Amino acid sequence: MSVPLKILVPVKRVIDYAIKPRVNATHTAIETTNVKHSLNPFDELSLEAAVRLREASLPGPKKSPHPTPSVPDILALSAGPAKCTDVLRTAMAMGADRAIHVEIDPKTSSGKDKEGGAEGESQELEPLGVAKLLAQVVKAEDRNFVILGKQSIDDDSNQTGQMLAGLLGWGQATQARDIVFEEEGEGKGGWMVKVTKEVDGGVETVRSPLPMVVTTDLRLNEPRYASLPNIMKAKKKKLEKKSLEDYGVDGGRRLRVLRVEEPPARKGGGKVEDVDGMISRLKELGAI
Amino acid sequence: MALHPDLRQQVIHIYKELLHLGRAYPLGYHYFQTRLHRAFASQKDIIDENDIKKGIAKAQYVRKEIEALYYLKRYRTLRQRYNNS
Repeated sequence: MSVPLKILVPVKRVIDYAIKPRVNATHTAIETTNVKHSLNPFDELSLEAAVRLREASLPGPKKSPHPTPSVPDILALSAGPAKCTDVLRTAMAMGADRAIHVEIDPKTSSGKDKEGGAEGESQELEPLGVAKLLAQVVKAEDRNFVILGKQSIDDDSNQTGQMLAGLLGWGQATQARDIVFEEEGEGKGGWMVKVTKEVDGGVETVRSPLPMVVTTDLRLNEPRYASLPNIMKAKKKKLEKKSLEDYGVDGGRRLRVLRVEEPPARKGGGKVEDVDGMISRLKELGAI
Repeated sequence: MALHPDLRQQVIHIYKELLHLGRAYPLGYHYFQTRLHRAFASQKDIIDENDIKKGIAKAQYVRKEIEALYYLKRYRTLRQRYNNS
């Protein structure tokens, strides 16, 4: 009997990629009220990867010709304010079986800055807090495969997966573009995971036994769209509410945001009348 | 009075699905919704079963195209932002 793959897919609710973020009046954070939010695009990739692993293990048209571990359960998790349930519903519409929402009230969070953070300052968990939480969830829910987006498009830390692997003492593969399972030993039922990673100017392939943490990069797959019928079906799936205390995690912040600035506005180009005008302009700029 | 109750259901179903997709349309929901409504209304007189089935197939095709459009738009934006090498 081979080891089943119990997958955890942590997801984050972020400002939609198509929205241009605005800095708030006090320059302490990004304006998030009445802004369209959606599932972090890199987390969509990891969800899709999890769902495809299951499809490859089930009999049917998408069944893989190679041996694949069975996937009894895909668990999605998100930590944040009440509205995170929206992205968890999307995650379940894409194929996760159940979800856990670790509710963090932005006002009374245990992660509140001890010095009393400035008005409007973000109280969301830092990557370390998320990694500690995930490590506890992995233990509580008996997971052996965590697949998460390499980073979120809001604070772009690219740390959570690495920290989680460190806390758990598991193997990790970051920036995955391909994930393949190989049976280890004849009939022993262990699995090796072969992951091709995006690195500067090429790819790198690594192998690790389960359990393992994988973070996903853009070229891994093409995430499916959470269609209306699937969103309706997802409403019947189980969504548990938990708190940081349930997992005994202190989400205290170690960093304090001092100031948030918008990037400098791009200066418009100028037009020149003719070739001579261009040459004199280039000379002026010291380009020739 | 519906001639083809099953097909009628299917048409309503795909119309709703497309409307749902339209919420994320880059040019705005209103742009999408008016055009979608016009496209469906222009076909209201077809009564032949095969014609209706063709219409549904076309709507399904459009749905897939729009999903692909969304995916590509997001993929390209993200690639530009993160893999600009």
